[in-house]
Amino acid sequence: MCLAIPGKIKSIELQHNGMVKMAKVSFGGITKEASLEMLPEAIIGDYVLVHVGVAISKVNEEEAKKIFKYLEEIGELGELEDVDHYLPKKE
Amino acid sequence: MKFMSEYRDPELAKKYLEEIKRTVSRPWSIMEVCGGQTHSLVKNGIIEMLPKEISMVHGPGCPVCVTPLYLIDKAVHLALDKNVILCSFGDMLRVPGSQKSLLEAKAEGGDVRILYSPLEAVKIAEDNPDKEVVFFAVGFETTAPANALSVIHAYKRGLKNYSILASHVLVPPVIENVLEDVDSHIDGFLAAGHVCTIMGNFEYYPLVEKYKVPIVVTGFEPLDVLQGILMVVRQLEQNKSEVENQYSRIVKEEGNLNAQEIIFEIFEVTDRLWRGMEVIPMSGYSVKEKYKDFDADKKFNITIKEAEENQDCIAGEIMKGIKKPFECPEFGKKCKPSNPLGAPMVSSEGACAAYYHFSGLVER
Ligand code: SF4
Repeated sequence: MCLAIPGKIKSIELQHNGMVKMAKVSFGGITKEASLEMLPEAIIGDYVLVHVGVAISKVNEEEAKKIFKYLEEIGELGELEDVDHYLPKKE
Repeated sequence: MKFMSEYRDPELAKKYLEEIKRTVSRPWSIMEVCGGQTHSLVKNGIIEMLPKEISMVHGPGCPVCVTPLYLIDKAVHLALDKNVILCSFGDMLRVPGSQKSLLEAKAEGGDVRILYSPLEAVKIAEDNPDKEVVFFAVGFETTAPANALSVIHAYKRGLKNYSILASHVLVPPVIENVLEDVDSHIDGFLAAGHVCTIMGNFEYYPLVEKYKVPIVVTGFEPLDVLQGILMVVRQLEQNKSEVENQYSRIVKEEGNLNAQEIIFEIFEVTDRLWRGMEVIPMSGYSVKEKYKDFDADKKFNITIKEAEENQDCIAGEIMKGIKKPFECPEFGKKCKPSNPLGAPMVSSEGACAAYYHFSGLVER
């Protein structure tokens, strides 16, 4: 139930006489509507985390890479060959 | 899918496991608070792969599991009211009440609808002006803004036939409750990443200060959980107790301030009964007086007697991390997902269901 998944904003529109800001968000193949009322700064192309029909956070792309470099940074694991291999592939 | 699948890389997972093995020197108990993390740990076989010094204890972070019996009974009562359309997230339907579940109420003719979002319930209210529409608003801090937003939408659209049956619980008070329990000896915590997405990290600093335990805000993919465990173990081995953020791609230190504003427009913090546990002070949300017309509890004024829990179910001990699901005598015997005796066997985030589905502990 607490599932929240990241998707990419495809379009944004105002509904209910401009009262509600909604986005069409694509999750792989599926597109769903999500409210942007808690993320008014989000723009088309942003990756956002959506939970029960509401976008709750933007994915920070810089921070997203850290997990792939952490072992290297703490410096206790020999050399982590070819880190690029682990980096997120561009969509 | 971007920002999901790459966090399941088995090669890197192995490297994290090796580093955890290298770092650990003594036994440690680590609680993952959130049921989503329990699910990820069990489903991906991480528990079996961890070094034997590390014991993962599954916490109370499954909102479906901790919703008290009397609230399920209230929802069932409303569902059987001919004038009511009762809307709910799917995983609440099979949770046993004292007499019946929502699914059984539906089979008896109750108008029960499964929704993906509370905002859809507002639409249903608009389309059915002659009916009362009630949304069973269950959840932790993660879900509170969406549930609150549904009330704001209904209010702004002038709807008089929409209300929520609020069943909201909060993570920091239950962590404190676990820490105070003499029977549970937890050395460190993985805090629930999506809760912190909304609320930020500030509530954890006083806990770390007072109880000297590391708390690492952690995500849900296998690599997230492994990195979170490594961060906790490193702190423990270095005798540190700090708040760290593993899930920084999503969680900002201050959380989502817009979401917090929406929550506190509608809700206020109250004492709250946790199913299988006890009343924990200031551990839930209830609807504020200003919005009482949208509070199903006040609107319908249902009096439900406190019912006895099923005596065979040891969910309380499981959710405090004192026992594991397979230590329950009914696990996989009388109690299965098709016939759950307790809520942790229902939700995919419940520890009993996770063990039933994904570990080799049950003979079927
Ligand atoms: S296995 Fe079933 S009866 Fe036992 S604690 Fe879990 S939910 Fe309760």
